[in-house]
Amino acid sequence: MDLTLNDEQQLIVDTIKKYVREEIVPLEDELDPDAGQLPEADFERLVDKTKAMGFYGLDIPAEYGGPGLDVTTRTLMAIEMSQHRAGLYAPCYDTFGGAGLAQLYEATEDQKERYLFPTLKGEKKGCFGLTEPSGGSDPGRAIQTRAFQDGAEWVINGSKLFISGADKADFCLLFARTGGEGRDGVTAFLVDTDQPGFQVRRVVHTLRSARYATEISLDDVRVSEDNILGELNKGFGIANDRLSRQRIPYAAACIGVAIRAQEMAIEWAKSRVTFGDVLAKRQAVQWMIVDNEIDIRQARWITLDAAQKADSGQTFRTEAAMAKLVATEAGSRVVDRSMQIHGGMGMTKDLPLERWFREMRIRRVGEGPSEVQRIIMARDILGGSFK
Amino acid sequence: MGIRLEKEWIELSQANIDPLPAQLGVYQLADADERVLKIGFAGARLNFGMRTALEAEIEAHPGAQLLFRYEINQQYTTRYDELLMVFVNDHGVVPGENIGEDRIIGRLSPG
Repeated sequence: MDLTLNDEQQLIVDTIKKYVREEIVPLEDELDPDAGQLPEADFERLVDKTKAMGFYGLDIPAEYGGPGLDVTTRTLMAIEMSQHRAGLYAPCYDTFGGAGLAQLYEATEDQKERYLFPTLKGEKKGCFGLTEPSGGSDPGRAIQTRAFQDGAEWVINGSKLFISGADKADFCLLFARTGGEGRDGVTAFLVDTDQPGFQVRRVVHTLRSARYATEISLDDVRVSEDNILGELNKGFGIANDRLSRQRIPYAAACIGVAIRAQEMAIEWAKSRVTFGDVLAKRQAVQWMIVDNEIDIRQARWITLDAAQKADSGQTFRTEAAMAKLVATEAGSRVVDRSMQIHGGMGMTKDLPLERWFREMRIRRVGEGPSEVQRIIMARDILGGSFK
Repeated sequence: MGIRLEKEWIELSQANIDPLPAQLGVYQLADADERVLKIGFAGARLNFGMRTALEAEIEAHPGAQLLFRYEINQQYTTRYDELLMVFVNDHGVVPGENIGEDRIIGRLSPG
């Protein structure tokens, strides 16, 4: 695998790096350390900048007006975009825009008119309703929310947990059981959140500062059969596809934070004097810096390998799972060591390390925990499915 | 921790602020009739957390007879959002002194 960046990729990486260092980081000097959004005037000014750069709506496919980036270039950008305090869960404070839920690009033309295009115009927001109180690691089997058919409508009852953005969403891509137990009994519905019975019950407070999750209750929520996304009882494939695709940028964001934490650790080690010499002269600190570097390079290599597999059209499920596992765990170790090198200062909200430490912990569970990534890889390596 | 902030109201005065912990958290400010005027938070940029936030409220409301109640909370940003959403659910609008803030308030139906 060749990890050398071509001229275009290098230019893009340099541009994003400059944008983060010159536009985003200075604003964070004034924001609350746990802030998840910019003041509106700054946000609009920066969106104008990303539009002028040609990078707004990064993940929108080219045929829908997006920049049409390949996965490798997008991964390189994600590594740069997370290198600031809020970078793990609010990279560049969303000034590069969103692309909506990826599954909408495979919706019917009518569904695209009602949900995808308004999302791309910024008129509607969607949320992804998969996880339930019964569990999130094995959603195909854990889903207990049920939908039954009543004429041309479906009626949904149940609840969802850890749903980001449900309180501000206009619609929800919601998964409910329409058939028997197991993966082949789940259907994906596009549900308008103003439907009677759709209620956001509470905010779920976690270690994450930038984005809270919510709990949803569904009481006799009626949905037209025209709002089934894909095929009846084939919703799990839609959910699973999204989870696989998400793993590469998810890994990349962790690498970006780890790179920035390592830069801070090196800078601190070279300047902080104890017992008559700088920390960088202490072998204990040198080894932590070296271990950080090994973690970062391994994670970067594996994540870019996954991205290149995806770009070449090859199956990349194992590679994506490996990237997610390695980058989230490596990122956690790098931030932890960098805090250790900073000593007491590393524990304070004066520096971004403590926020990264909290939020990085979630990354080892979110989008499928480390253990599930190992199960996915074991299935592929050993062959067959463990039922 | 209940979803609503339902602690006893305290008179907003320097004497009542001095003993507060210098911690992160959220607070509500009310008039003498216990009508909520503002929901705020004590963030990490403040030198003495909750004390500094409430001292700023005294300075911003010279001579006013106000009440406050507070909650120490490390998740002060998401708790702040939650309290605003609960207030909007209960009253239809954000408290008067929160109008005009750069914040999109979500929908919450806590029951």
